[in-house]
Amino acid sequence: MSILRNGWRQLTSMRTALVLLFLLALAAIPGSVLPQRRISPAKVSEYLATNPSAGRWLDRMQLFDVYSSVWFSAIYLLLFVSLVGCLVPRLRTHVTSLLRVPPDAPKRLERLPAHADGLPHDGDSAATARRLRRLLRARRFRATVRESDDGFTVSGEKGYLKETGNLLFHFALLGVLIGVASGSLFGWQGNRIVVAGAEQGFCNNRQQYDEFTPGSRVDDADLPRFCLSLVDFHASYLDSGQATSFRARMAYEIDGRGGGRSVGVNNPLRLGEATVYLLGHGYAPVVRYTDRTGRTQTQVVPFLTTDNFLTGSGVVAFPDANIGVVDTTYGPTGKAQVAFEGTYLPTVPDNVHVGRSAHPAERNPRLMLRPYFGDLGLDAGEPQSVYEINQRQISAGLLHSVGEPLALKPGESAKLPDGSTVEFLGTRPWIAVSVRHDPGEELVLVGAVLLVVGLLGSLAGRRRRIFFRVTAEGVEAGGLPRTDYSGFTAEFESIVQEAGRGAGPDGELVRPAAGDHDSGVPGGDAVLRR
Amino acid sequence: MITILAYLAAMLCYAAEYAFGARGVVARAAQRELAPVGGSSGGAASVDDRGGAAASVDDLGDEVPAEGPGGSKISERIGTAAVLLTAVGVVAQIATLVTRAVAAGRVPWGNLYEFLLVLTLVGAISWLVVLRLRPAMRPLGLLVTSLLVVLLGAAGMVYTQAGPLVPALNSAWLRIHVTTVATAGGVLLVGFVSAVLYLLREGYESGKAGFPWALAGRAPAADALERFTFRVHAFAFPLLTVGIICGAIWAESAWGRYWGWDPKEIWSFITWVFYAGYLHARATPSVRRRVATYLALLGWTALMVNQFIVNYFFTGLHSYAGN
Repeated sequence: MSILRNGWRQLTSMRTALVLLFLLALAAIPGSVLPQRRISPAKVSEYLATNPSAGRWLDRMQLFDVYSSVWFSAIYLLLFVSLVGCLVPRLRTHVTSLLRVPPDAPKRLERLPAHADGLPHDGDSAATARRLRRLLRARRFRATVRESDDGFTVSGEKGYLKETGNLLFHFALLGVLIGVASGSLFGWQGNRIVVAGAEQGFCNNRQQYDEFTPGSRVDDADLPRFCLSLVDFHASYLDSGQATSFRARMAYEIDGRGGGRSVGVNNPLRLGEATVYLLGHGYAPVVRYTDRTGRTQTQVVPFLTTDNFLTGSGVVAFPDANIGVVDTTYGPTGKAQVAFEGTYLPTVPDNVHVGRSAHPAERNPRLMLRPYFGDLGLDAGEPQSVYEINQRQISAGLLHSVGEPLALKPGESAKLPDGSTVEFLGTRPWIAVSVRHDPGEELVLVGAVLLVVGLLGSLAGRRRRIFFRVTAEGVEAGGLPRTDYSGFTAEFESIVQEAGRGAGPDGELVRPAAGDHDSGVPGGDAVLRR
Repeated sequence: MITILAYLAAMLCYAAEYAFGARGVVARAAQRELAPVGGSSGGAASVDDRGGAAASVDDLGDEVPAEGPGGSKISERIGTAAVLLTAVGVVAQIATLVTRAVAAGRVPWGNLYEFLLVLTLVGAISWLVVLRLRPAMRPLGLLVTSLLVVLLGAAGMVYTQAGPLVPALNSAWLRIHVTTVATAGGVLLVGFVSAVLYLLREGYESGKAGFPWALAGRAPAADALERFTFRVHAFAFPLLTVGIICGAIWAESAWGRYWGWDPKEIWSFITWVFYAGYLHARATPSVRRRVATYLALLGWTALMVNQFIVNYFFTGLHSYAGN
């Protein structure tokens, strides 16, 4: 039991809290050095592939998921337990001290850091005490008068704001944490690419996202119902290729009513409880393919951008090409499916072999295609990337590169060795959107605002007490700054001076014999003995 | 065409002013260093030039030169000149930023170069404000200005042509977020200098002689420095907090989340935690002031890591350092 109590005392001590705070800062560092799974899973896999042995150890220590790792959570949870353990008793003390009147003056005022003696007396002790209380109240002290054996004492206290602010700050911090937690429990997020065109739109359900991350307490049925499509997209660029503006016009339908709005980078679309953000954009080539049976199909394929100049790469696959044709040239399955591995350059560079776009706008577009014939391997039921040719099929000898790579301008077409034609019709823009819902956001915001308010209070507030002892012999004053406050001496002197000015109603000052001891306050006595 | 011409002219104007501003600041530091040479040869050191003098003279020994009216006057004058030169530097830097704003047609804090300009400008201005309020702190001047020069030099290394903003930065929050953060950074710069000087002075007062400690031989008393350090940090910390919160609000509307552990966010978190640790440690009687002040230094270190290392070695959403 005593171990527990000691442990608790240790945990809630300021030193422990400081050490934990320090550890928290240190623990956050690896997350900025190593790639993090939550932000860029691709980079983590890349890292694991290039450093397999070290990577495995790092992964075991959760260094790729620092901010959701056991050890990071342990530090901040301990910190917050420590915080609560420290705050609750402090809140109780503070509330009692707010409700209670300031404590009685100590026996020996001369022992206080600030002290003054020999203040004028109005003649009537009770009246003097009341006047001093009025004086303190006028200066916004909480003040009270007590009757003692030999007269009266006046106690005043001010600067409760400091502790109030302090507590507010820390409770707001707790609020922020709760908000963050509730966001990760009840929030969700989906990412998807949307190509321009009404038929390319999507509706808000899990299956229609490329990536979907629900909070642990989110059910598919909780998702609000709405549909979105991209009407058109405009981007403008400097000659250097730096983008200056993006504008996406989106059409939406929610609760049976439709609408349209322009969405930009700093201008998300709020649809009910969800928010739609524009995260990226690129080009989707439109390719028409006429197979050897004469059947024509058209595909609009968003190409993923690989650099700032919007070089795109992707695969245009025609799994339904040559249906019914059995041709074992390309492999034992006899399929003659067609796919093109493509690179799209919105502005072809002077040297085409560079293979990268020279400008993000479509100034001189070119679509590079490498045709593949054979079995695309789509029937195996294994998930595969739609942006890459299935390498397994190639190495298995089921899919073959055929003929020369093609370079097409918009509107151009080319004949393939088997007599089929491929035509590059042009491009459509696509945007990457992130649709999110974070129910903790408001709480975090309110918490953050209160945090600042509390912080200001706790840094600006200065707790101090002023006491007067009024006896038949005279008036004595003492001051106790409860926090580091360099202006306290000046304030105390000015209070003492004011206390000295206000004499009784008849104007007759009763000057008692001055005490002999030194108050120890520089200038304190000098002021009074003018 | 006219835009390009105007832009070129502004750039030229800017380059000249920048050079002048930097020279002003450097000259100030240099004169600071000259002062003690005159002072010690005349066998005197001024009241006003203690800090500057301390830097080079005290390496020679602990002996405190006697006050002499002649030397005092000279270094008094040099001290005033130094302050004036700082003011000239500030004016030139403001002109720099204004011309840059005109050239780019936007608020001039869209990349690391501009951010550093703003940060050092705020540092210099808050330093002048400090001088006005507390002339006794003048000995900090040498350290403040040398830090300013180093940072401006670093800014020169990451120079970026003035140009329009990338779309992500094109928001009212740019003004709010970057201004508060840069202001906090500038004030923290003064706090950092004062913290360093306090640590040196504290060592000096506890009898440590020799290289680093003796530099603080003529600095203000340790506990005055310590209080000043705390006041500066207590002023800057809420600013930093507000700056980070504004950043989070902006991130919510630009990137769809208020906090995503982007390297910049991680390091501002670390900075914030260190400074919070400093303020807490200072309020805890059982923690020595010296130990607490080291936390403030860590905070500044994290801030600098955030400026330089994060921008160049980590890729994140805040990669606006240059194009």
